[in-house]
Amino acid sequence: MHELSIVSSVVETVTESLAAYPGARVLEVRLRVGALASVVVESLEFCWGIATEGTPLAGSLLVVKVVPVVARCGKCAEDVELASLQSFRCPRCGEPVTDLRQGRELEIDSIEIEENP
Amino acid sequence: MTTRIVELRKGILKKNDELAAGLRGRFGQAGVLVLNLVSSPGTGKTAFLERTLKELRDRGARVAALVGDLETDNDARRLAASGAPVRQINTHGICHLDAEMIDKHLAGWEGVELDGLDYLFIENVGNLVCPSSYDLGEKVRVALLSVTEGEDKPLKYPTLFNSADAAVITKMDLAEPCGFDRELALKNINEIRPGIRIFETSSKTGVGMGEWLDYLAAERSRERFGRP
Repeated sequence: MHELSIVSSVVETVTESLAAYPGARVLEVRLRVGALASVVVESLEFCWGIATEGTPLAGSLLVVKVVPVVARCGKCAEDVELASLQSFRCPRCGEPVTDLRQGRELEIDSIEIEENP
Repeated sequence: MTTRIVELRKGILKKNDELAAGLRGRFGQAGVLVLNLVSSPGTGKTAFLERTLKELRDRGARVAALVGDLETDNDARRLAASGAPVRQINTHGICHLDAEMIDKHLAGWEGVELDGLDYLFIENVGNLVCPSSYDLGEKVRVALLSVTEGEDKPLKYPTLFNSADAAVITKMDLAEPCGFDRELALKNINEIRPGIRIFETSSKTGVGMGEWLDYLAAERSRERFGRP
């Protein structure tokens, strides 16, 4: 259960970046979370209200996009999306894969803000 | 009122990652091999580390350990019996160690200089989920699994096992009474992390420890002298 610390770090980073937009209100915060990031999306959403209370992010919506795991298959010489987290093999040819290209992301993609006229 | 989308593209754990990268640089420069031990509570991390510290010291290696725990210093006291310097990190409810805690506890650690160490072990908080997100600057992440936990643990916690550099199966002396299916466990670990080095050990009987210590020595010389 480290989702609260992750959410708190999101609030901190977004608050810092708001310095460039004085008086702006945050409507939405969009995250990219890899399927291998060890983060439970429901817990992030659950913590969001508590963590944003009393901050410029209060009342904003958290939108999480889960990024699937993509690995390089040496045999197919192509990037392939894993079918399941229980098997790190190429879904096409069955070759074990170790070179992950995507799936561990834990990042703030963008925010939607409402600016004062 | 106008709305606008601001692209941020910032890593959420950026601060931890930067701090960890700094630590990794310091460890590399000092030539100390740093390992991060992760498992569920009760796998036998402390017993395994106790035996590892003792046997490394018997071989003349200079070792130290940082030990994460929610509240107590029981593990640190157990490990200190090996004669190695041990420092406790109490996380006070936080379910993982992070790079900042490592940095803080390295500073002002009486009698311990990175330059004077061959190995530094970090025993993480017993948890198979959260520690996988936090880089501590380690060279080797070790996932431990005991024969009493069930062979499907790697399948249940793929995020942790996939991020590991080595896997250790503990309590092999109990394999038979527990009906431990060794082949299945090895297959499951390999399914999640193909090709990973796996050590089958018992901290009680010492089985498998020789192979583990040889692996440590090889990893350490790679850390100190670079890849062959």
